[in-house]
Formats: sequence, C-alpha cells, structure tokens
Amino acid sequence: MTYALPAGPQPAPRRQLLVGTGVVSAACALLMGGMLSIWLRFREAAPLRESSDGLKQIKDWLPKDLKVAEVLTNVGLVTVGVACIMAQWAAYSSRRNDSRHTSMALAMTLLMGLALLNALVAVYPNMEIVLAEGPYQTMFYAITGTLVALVAAGMAFTLAALFKSSGGRAANTDLMNAHALYWYFLSAAYTAVWFVVFVQK
Amino acid sequence: MTTFDTPAAAPSAASSSGAGALGALVVGIGSWATTTDHKKIGRLFAMTALLMGAASSIIGAFLGFERISAGGYSVLDLDSVVQLSSLYRVVLSFGVALPLMLGIAIAVVPLQIGSKAIAFGRLALFGFWMWFAGLAVCIYSIAANGGPGGGEAKMVDLFLVGLVIAAAGALAATVSLVTTVLTNRAPGMSLARVPMLSWAALTGGVSLLLTLPVVIGTGIYLYVDHHYGRLAFGGNKGVNDWLGWSMTQPQTYVFAAIGVGIVAEVTTVASGRRHPLRAILLVGAGLLTVAAFGGATQVQHALTWTNTSGSDKVKELIPFLIFNGLPLLGALVVLGGCALGLAKGKPRVMAPLVPAVLGLVMVLAGMAGHLIAQFGPAGLAGTVFEEGEFNYVVYGTVLMGIGAIAFWGPKLWGRSLPQSAVFGLGTLGFLGTVLASLPLYVAGFADQPAGAVNGFTYGGPQELWNGLAAVGQAIIAATIVLFVLTAVRAFRTGAPAGDDPWDAQTLEWSVSSPVPADNFASVPAVTSPEPLLDLKPAGREK
Repeated sequence: MTYALPAGPQPAPRRQLLVGTGVVSAACALLMGGMLSIWLRFREAAPLRESSDGLKQIKDWLPKDLKVAEVLTNVGLVTVGVACIMAQWAAYSSRRNDSRHTSMALAMTLLMGLALLNALVAVYPNMEIVLAEGPYQTMFYAITGTLVALVAAGMAFTLAALFKSSGGRAANTDLMNAHALYWYFLSAAYTAVWFVVFVQK
Repeated sequence: MTTFDTPAAAPSAASSSGAGALGALVVGIGSWATTTDHKKIGRLFAMTALLMGAASSIIGAFLGFERISAGGYSVLDLDSVVQLSSLYRVVLSFGVALPLMLGIAIAVVPLQIGSKAIAFGRLALFGFWMWFAGLAVCIYSIAANGGPGGGEAKMVDLFLVGLVIAAAGALAATVSLVTTVLTNRAPGMSLARVPMLSWAALTGGVSLLLTLPVVIGTGIYLYVDHHYGRLAFGGNKGVNDWLGWSMTQPQTYVFAAIGVGIVAEVTTVASGRRHPLRAILLVGAGLLTVAAFGGATQVQHALTWTNTSGSDKVKELIPFLIFNGLPLLGALVVLGGCALGLAKGKPRVMAPLVPAVLGLVMVLAGMAGHLIAQFGPAGLAGTVFEEGEFNYVVYGTVLMGIGAIAFWGPKLWGRSLPQSAVFGLGTLGFLGTVLASLPLYVAGFADQPAGAVNGFTYGGPQELWNGLAAVGQAIIAATIVLFVLTAVRAFRTGAPAGDDPWDAQTLEWSVSSPVPADNFASVPAVTSPEPLLDLKPAGREK
C-alpha cells in the first residue's frame, strides 16, 4: 500500500550555491591548513647550524642567500584585499539589481585576481629558488603552487559569474554572495601563507 | 536546482538485430556514464566498491596463504608481496569502505529528505569519475612497482597523482552530499527531524571534509618532493610514513561513519515503532566522527605509560580517551540504542538486519582492538594486530553496505532480494570477517610483525593463525561475489518489491519502486522525523 503524503508549500530558497561554496571553502581551508602545519612541523624539526657570523646556532631550514620577494608578496596581500572589496561590491550591486555595477565589480575582481596571480608567479624568478636543492625549496613550490591553483579557480568562478551577470542574470544574489565568500576564503588563505611562508619563513 | 537527466534507453529501439542491440547497449552505458540522477551515481559508487572489495579480499587471501609458513612459502615472489600489501590497503580503504558508504548515502539521502535531486548533480558525477580514474591510476602504478615503498620512481609519482585525484573525486561527491542535507530538505524537516542515515551522512561527510583535504595536501607535498629531489619526505619509503594514516585507524572509522546510520535506520524499521531515544542515536553518530580529528592530526595519541609520572600519565590519557575512546563510545551508544529500540518495539525478523548489525559489531571489535593496541605496555605496535583491526573495521563496513543494499535495493531497483540469501550471506560474511581478523589479533600478541610474509619466527602456532586468516579472506571474497551475483539476478528478474516492502517510516518509501527520475511529484510536507509512520495505524498508537 502506498501512503500519499500531503504536498508542502514551495520550499524557500536555501542558498544552495552559497552553502556549497562555504563547504568547498572549508575543505580548501583544511587543505591549506594541513599544508601549513606540515611546513611548520618541518621548520620546527630542522637541525641547527652555526650562523654565518659564527656567533649563534640557527635552524638549518632556509637556503643560504635567500631573497624573499617582500614587495611582490606585500602587493599581493593588498591586491587580494581589494579583490574582496570588489567581490562584495558585486554582491551589493546584485542585491540592488544593478547589472552595470555588478559586471563592473566582477571585471575589477577578475583584474585583481590576474594581478594577484601575476604577483604570485613572479615570486619564483624573483626569489631564484632552485626546486631540487632542499626540503624548503620543494615544500615552497608545493604550497605556493597550490595557492596559485586556488587563485586560478577563484578567477574561473569570477569569469563564470561575469558571464552570467552580463547575460542578464545580475540579480542572482546567491551566486554573487557565493563568489564573494570564495574570495574571502582566498584572502584568508593568502594571508596565512604570506605570514607563515614569507614573513616567518 | 534543475536536474538534467539523460533519458533512459528506449527498449523499443533495440531491435533483434545485432546493431540494434549494440546501439541500445551504447545508449544504456551512455545514460549511466553521463547521468546526474543521484540514484544512479550512488549505485555506480557502491557497485564498483563491492567489486573492488571482492578483488582486494582475494589479494588478502593470497597474502594470508603466503604467511602460513615463515620459512618462505612461495605462492608469490617477494617483490610482488610489497606491492600486493600496498594494493590491499589502498583498495580496501579508498576503493571499498569510502565509496561504498558514500555511494549508498548519495543514492538514498536525497530521497529520505524529500528532495527532487541531489545538490550539484554534475559535481557528484564528476566526483565519481575522478575517484574511479584516480583509483585506476593507483592500481596500475602499484602493479608497475610503484605505490608506498615501490621501486620504480615514476610509478611512485604516478601513484601519488592517482591518490590525490581519487581523494579529490571523493571530496567532490562529499561536497554534493553535505550540501544536499543542508539545503534540500523538505518543508518542516529541521535538522533534528532528519532521518538517521541522512544525519550520519552529514556527520560522516563533514568528517571526510576535514580529512580528505589533508590527504590531498600531503599528497601534493610528497609528489613534488619525490619527483624533484626526495629531500624532505624520505623518498618512496616516506609515502607510507606520511600517508599511511589515511589507510588505517582511526581514519577508517571516518569511512565507516555513515554505516551507523544504516544500522539505526534498519533496526528502527524492524522495531515497528518510533525510536524512543532518537536524540541519543544522533549524538552517538556525532561522537563517532571525532575520529576525524585523530586522522587529520596524523598522530596516534597512544598511551606509553612507561617511566612516566602520574601527571604525565593523565596528560597522555586525556587525548588518548578523546581520540580513541570517544569514537568507540559513539559506536557503542548507537548499537545500544538500536538494541533498546528493538526491545521496546515489536521487532520483526528482517534479513538486512543480519549483515547491518553484525557489520557494526565487527567495526566495534576493530575499534576496541585499536584502543588496546594504543596502550603501549601491551606491546602490539608493529605487529599484525593492527592488520586485524583494519580488517574488522573495513569488512564490518562492507557488511553494513550489504545490509544497506538489501534494505534500500528494492526501492532503487524495484525488485526484492531473496531474504534467505541475504540472511545466509550476512552470516557467511560475519564468519569471514571474524576469521580474517581475530587470528591476527592472536598472532599480534605473539609478536608476528606487520607487513612481513616470511623470515620471521614466533612461538605461537603460526600456521594455524595465518591459515585461518587466509580462509577468512577467501570467505569474504566468496560472500561479496555471491552477493553481487544474487543482487544482479534478483534486481533483474526478482519479484516486484512494492512501494513499502518493510512497512517503513521515512519519506523514500512513500514513492513508487523503482523511484522515478525526479523522485517526488510534489515536495511533501513533514511534521515529524517519521513522516510516513504518521499516516499508518502503528504511528497513531500511543
């Protein structure tokens, strides 16, 4: 015997894309968090060696004559912050059903993403780190490479949102909020990598 | 979200000619390969996992027979033993336990919560193919002397790539599943009213979200390091040191976590009443997933308790109990709650009860074993005791999966499995699991080393224990193969199941069997955790 349940009201929108993006961002946060914790573990366990002036014992972790690309990485930090503001602007404009500003904000986010990607990639020739010379070097490329991939994914998301917005679906607030959320995650991930890998080293 | 489903192959198109039959076959395969119907995606995961389970237990049987004589009994040559041991562990964890539970949840959960589709259906399908491709790459690379400890550098690289892809695929499917439970519930279905399987899918899915990214991150590090210099992570030997945690306890509990929902669901239906302590079951399922923290932190949290002061002992005891004790407590709470539910109701004999409940008992035996093994003075570190725990947990998960397919199979395929066959195969699987695991516990106490098949000596009756374990593996393989054959036959030609064959309580049993592509003609309203039972005379009893 089949029991027919009464039909319910049309369910309210539950922000599926926003929740899904939140879940993906949480998973990506665990990815970066796991990689940073292994980085810290290696740095902590590095053997000691005498400093170049011979006065103290230091961790044998960083390559000798390492030049950290401070300008590039600091500019990257500012850029990702601006990208977040642009993404939030897109979400705000979308709520007001303002397609022109939504598209403009998304285009700016894409531009900031491109600048961030450029800064991240430019770090490699600037720092002149040879990949196969030591643990620091291989781990450096692995963690920054993963960050580059996440930024590229963010740009793809922005591009998709831009297509939808310019195609007349600017009022899709769920999409714009989800897009902004991913950029907030990217900014947190970049800040963590910037602090651990480029500042604390 | 709209579901775009590939229409099923039209039977009329298949003429009696060979070309027509071939065309129908191609269309049929195409419809399964490109579907966004969660029921098909879930079945793809689950059935592939069962076939992998049969293959890996055959490998386990070979390894067991190899260990019968310590002097070098030679079914296999020594080089292939290392590869087969890796293959056994990788396939059972990432190819069987994880996708079996994930597949069952993907197939059933959207129906249980009154959703017309799974969230991000194309992501779930993409996840399946990624997982499948990644696992195939892993298997190929291990066979070509790669994998953990492999001797061929390029194949070790390939193994790491495959593992990262497989984990990313499982993660994609998990994202889809978790989002479905969070956003697609029917009107009136709060999280407190979510059916037990859906709750376990949510908690188990969140634990997978906590641990699989760590597997991926570690895999990326290992790949870059191994490919470019082998300077940080110990080369091919380091693969096991850094990724071994993802194929052992407590990570295997995370893979098994969805299974507690299966047991709770089946026992509640068998009791014929609402569960009197539903909230306790929800808490138990949540406690089990604390294991995710043990996995993600990659620390065993063992008790050494040698030459330590009283305060140091307490400091060790707290994380030990949290990471090893709480998951065990969670599983015990669920099992106890299920037993109480049966005792308070009007229990009926249902064949799916046998594999499901015995499977949870096996998982519990593995958890209890792990708790003992983490107690340093027991001296079980580095012995085959750990392999016994692994077998208990993973084969227990397979049994729970068999119970789930026997229970929800009639809804998904529209035809019933023969009850006597499910009962018999469940019992046989239980026997096989005990034989594949318990003798290794005994051999572990006799200090038989893990990962070695010859060249070791110990005082116990080695041939007996290893022989029994090998027979257990063979029984497991036979159980899975027989179950798959029985299921294929029954789901093609068996008796029609009816829409509610178990007199069940949740939404999935309110629609026709097999379920139509878009699940529900209209979204049902829900006012209790057992919406279907509310409509039945039994549900109106005080």
